[in-house]
Formats: sequence, C-alpha cells, structure tokens
Amino acid sequence: MFVYIARRVVYVIPIVLSVALVCFLLVHITPGDPLVAILPADASQELAQQLRVAYGFDRPLPVQFGLWLWRALHGDLGSSIATGRPVLAEVLKAVGNTVTLAVAAAAIGFTLGLFFGLIAGYFRDTWVDKVATSIAIAGVSVPHYWLGMVLVIIFSVQLNWLPAVGAGPGGSGSWAWDWEHIKYLVLPAITTSVIPMGIVTRTVRALTGDILSQDFVEALRAKGLQETKVFRHVIKNAAPTALAVMGLQLGYMLGGSILIETVFSWPGSGLLLNSAIFQRDLPLLQGTILVLALFFVFLNLLVDIAQASIDPRIKRS
Amino acid sequence: MTVMTDTALQVAPASKARGYWATVGRRIARDKVAMVCAFILLLIFLAAIFAPYLHLADPYQGSMIRRLRAIGTPNYPLGTDELGRDMLARLIYGGRLSLLIGILPVILAFVIGTSLGLVAGYVGGKLNTAIMRTVDVFYAFPSVLLAIAISGALGAGILNSIVSLTIVFVPQITRVAESVTTGVRNMDYVEAARASGASAFTIMRVHMLGNVLGSIFVYATGLISVSMILAAGLSFLGLGTKPPEPEWGLMLNTLRTAIYVNPWVAALPGAMIFAVSICFNLLSDGMRSAMDIRN
Repeated sequence: MFVYIARRVVYVIPIVLSVALVCFLLVHITPGDPLVAILPADASQELAQQLRVAYGFDRPLPVQFGLWLWRALHGDLGSSIATGRPVLAEVLKAVGNTVTLAVAAAAIGFTLGLFFGLIAGYFRDTWVDKVATSIAIAGVSVPHYWLGMVLVIIFSVQLNWLPAVGAGPGGSGSWAWDWEHIKYLVLPAITTSVIPMGIVTRTVRALTGDILSQDFVEALRAKGLQETKVFRHVIKNAAPTALAVMGLQLGYMLGGSILIETVFSWPGSGLLLNSAIFQRDLPLLQGTILVLALFFVFLNLLVDIAQASIDPRIKRS
Repeated sequence: MTVMTDTALQVAPASKARGYWATVGRRIARDKVAMVCAFILLLIFLAAIFAPYLHLADPYQGSMIRRLRAIGTPNYPLGTDELGRDMLARLIYGGRLSLLIGILPVILAFVIGTSLGLVAGYVGGKLNTAIMRTVDVFYAFPSVLLAIAISGALGAGILNSIVSLTIVFVPQITRVAESVTTGVRNMDYVEAARASGASAFTIMRVHMLGNVLGSIFVYATGLISVSMILAAGLSFLGLGTKPPEPEWGLMLNTLRTAIYVNPWVAALPGAMIFAVSICFNLLSDGMRSAMDIRN
C-alpha cells in the first residue's frame, strides 16, 4: 500500500509542473501585450516600459516561468490588477464559498444518484429502471445554467419562496449554516447537483447490472443467502468504481462552477474567474485557474488512494 | 485490457463487414427512441438551414413598442424578446450558429484525436508516451475550467470558442482512439498485413481505421451533447457569439433581465439547447447498444 501511494504521489509531480506551465502560458497566448488592458489609452512608451519591467514581462519566457513558479511555490501568485489585493488570498476566500456549494450539491446529487442507480440496476428493464434512466439522461443533458434560470423563475419570481441571487442576507460575504443563509444555497445546490446525479445514476446502474449477472451472485443465491445480504455484496463490489466517479464529479463541481455562480451571483471561485476574464485581470485569471486545477489534481490523487485502500484488486495489478 | 470486450465484435472477417453495419442499421431503425430523436434533430437542422425560405419575421428587426410579448401573441407565436424581435424567427435562425459552434469542435476533435490516437496506439513506444502524457496534462483540468481558461485568455469570439472547445475534446477522443487501437494492433490480420509488406500508413488507414472508427464515432456523438451545452455556455458568459447575432446561449443571457416581466419567453432558448442535447445523448445511447451485437 505504501509503495502504491508513493508511486502515485511521485507521478503527480510532473502533472503539477505541467499544469503550472499551462497556467503560465495562458497569459502569453492572449493576443497583444498583457499590459494593454491596464494601461490608460494615453500612456507614454516610457510608462509602458516601466510597467513591463515592474511586472517582469521584459525578461525571456523561461526566466519568467522560473520566477513565477518559484514565487507560486512560496504562496505568492502576484496581486490582482483590478483590486491590488494578493491573488492567493482572493482565490482562497472565494474557493471557500465554492466548496460550500459543491459539498451541498454533492450531498444531493450523490444520494439521489446512488439511489436511482441501485434501484435501476436491480430492477433492470422494469418501469422503475425506465423512470430512473430517463431522469439520469435528463440530468446529464440539461444545460444547467438554464435549469438555474428556470428554478429562479419558478421559486423566486412566481412563488417568491427563495432568493434568486447572492449568498446571504444583505450580500454579506460570511457564510453560516443557518436558514437565513441556507435558503440562498438551495437553488444553486440543486442546479449543480443534476449533472453528478445523472452520471452517478448511469454508472451505478451499469455496475449493478454487471455485478448481478456474474456467477458469484448466482452462487450466493443458490446457497440460500437472503436477498438483502446478496445486495450487500453488490454494493461492496460497486463501491470502488462508484467512489472514483463521485470523486471526479466533486472535482468537476469545484472547478466548473463558473456558469452556475454567474447565474446565481454566488461569490465563489467561478464568479471570481468571470470578473477576472472581463476585467482582463490576468494575474487573477492565472492564479484562480492554477488553484482550481491543483485542487482537481490532488482530489484525483486522494480518490485514487482511497479507491486502492478499499479495493485490494487495484494494488495487485 | 478494458477494450477487449469492445473489440471482440470488430474482428469479423472483412467480407462480413457490410453484414455487421447492415445489422447495426437495422437494429437502430427498430429503436423507437433513437428514431424519434433523429427525426427531431433532422427537423431542427432543416429549419436552421432553410430558415431564409420559411417566411419568418426578420430576426434582427426589433421594435421598442412590442417588447417582451407573451407566448401566443397574434403574429408572434413565441412572443418577442427584450428588443421586440420575433422569438420564433430568432430561435430558428439561432440554430445556425448554435449548432455550428456546438458540433464543429467535436468534428475537429474527432479528426485530430482519431489521428493522434491511431498513431500513438499503432506506433507505440516513445511516441505513444509523448502523446499520451501530453493528453494527461489536459486531464488535470476539469473540462469546463479548461474551456473557460482558454476562451478567457484568447478573448470573446466564435472562432476562439470553437478553438477552445476543440482543445477540450481532442485529449478525450485521443484517449479512446488510443485504447481501441492498442486493442487491435496485435490482431492476426494486422500481423498478416505487416507480413505481406504493407506500410505503416496503409495498415493504419486500410486495416485499422475501419475497425476502430465505430467505437470512436459513438463516443464522439455522445460528446456533442456536452459540446452544445458548453458552447452555448461560453456565449451565455459573453465569451462566444456577440450581439445582435441570434444564438441560443447568448439569447438566454440577454433575456435574463426579462425573467420578471415575461419569464417563459426568457426560458425558450435554453429549452432548444436542452432538446438538441438530450436528442444527441439518446441517439448516441441507441447507436452504442445497436453496435453491441453480443446480446
């Protein structure tokens, strides 16, 4: 087990470096000078050069990358052009809100997904299966930003039950787990949960079907085991793959929250990314993407290790 | 080898190849759900292509007097948008750009990814490692984040949105293509072709492509649904199409302000994206089970 973990951790290092390189290059694929956006239109050549030196854009690219990486390793991602505040602090503050949203959505999506998937796989080709499969297909096909709008139309505009946008009364940034705050979370969390719900349902349904058709299930039933206990075997066999899929989905929810956060003005990393893009705040854009991608890489690492620790078959291969 | 199950059905001798595809065709024609979806998609496509001949209102011509009419208003069966433009015309014309920016990235990625995966899988060795490790880097980003990062850096525009989505899908298709190719590269018929002196290019093009294309194609059709949602999503954020072009994602964005006045008109463009996306998903599912001839 230790060897397995060590090998996976070592394998992550080149990935992390490549991710950093991609994030670094993002700023340099932008058409034109990265400083154009922040320079006033009437800036002199001299001023432009001064700023270029100040940001280090006058040095060769590999040197810039080295310096940027060195600072990033020490937790310095530069400062936001728009606000002047350190990028890392801005990103971490926003990520907290995104985590809140993703965890709530995961709780809804995974519970429903596991439930629908298990019953659909168990009662395959019955009406239960058909209903669950249809819900799953709708879940993976729906443009979630549109679903968010429709939910706002129904529950905020027409019924006036839940707030349409924001993350707390009076637009306050501090989150708390009381009803005053949670009612702001309900709609974005349901909206975020539909895709993972659909994907988990489809995965678990396929897994359950495959496991039930294996010989050992036949053997368990033949020896007279109660159906509920057979079911426990099914769950144990489906768990590692289901866990891996759910881990990946959690990562997607954390990293891909920009559309939903835009619809609901949820003050997380996605909304931060949105404003970084439209204010051409490149250090903030770069930093946010780096932090989110690293989150995703480490989450995948954790999932792999967790999967290996509950499934003895993985370590052997 | 997870691909072994998929390739088992593709090792039928060449003379029976037509028989296989004919069987697949018959099976999918019997699949009611897939056929209904294909029909709906055909309607949406035809309407978008022949929009100028349908005697619709001008999709760009607005009027401040008749803004945000409700669905069912005489002369405006689906109402009007925030600038008083006919929604029916804009939804039909909107199909042109929406379908283009949603489907083109998958087609481009299908061509590029299949080539990369085929070469990586057939040649193997260092080239395989180089291609597949590069692909791994892109897997370190959630696809929405990657699309938005590239689009955001390149700036708004239709071309940039197509480029960024292509970059998102190439690694995914390359992985599938590589794994199916690796599955067939050691088959006897490939060995036979090599022994009879066929060049690597001929082997890949003549002997392997036909055997791997089916699985990759089905996978790619499944991606169209994701691509439609993401492409419209980029426009929704303001990173794709620019006003006044009719495009479903952008229309959804500009109509967001109207949800307090005329909510159901505002929701229409999203319903179109949903319809196309779910039809492609169901069609792809239908094709997958039609090609799975083991049962």
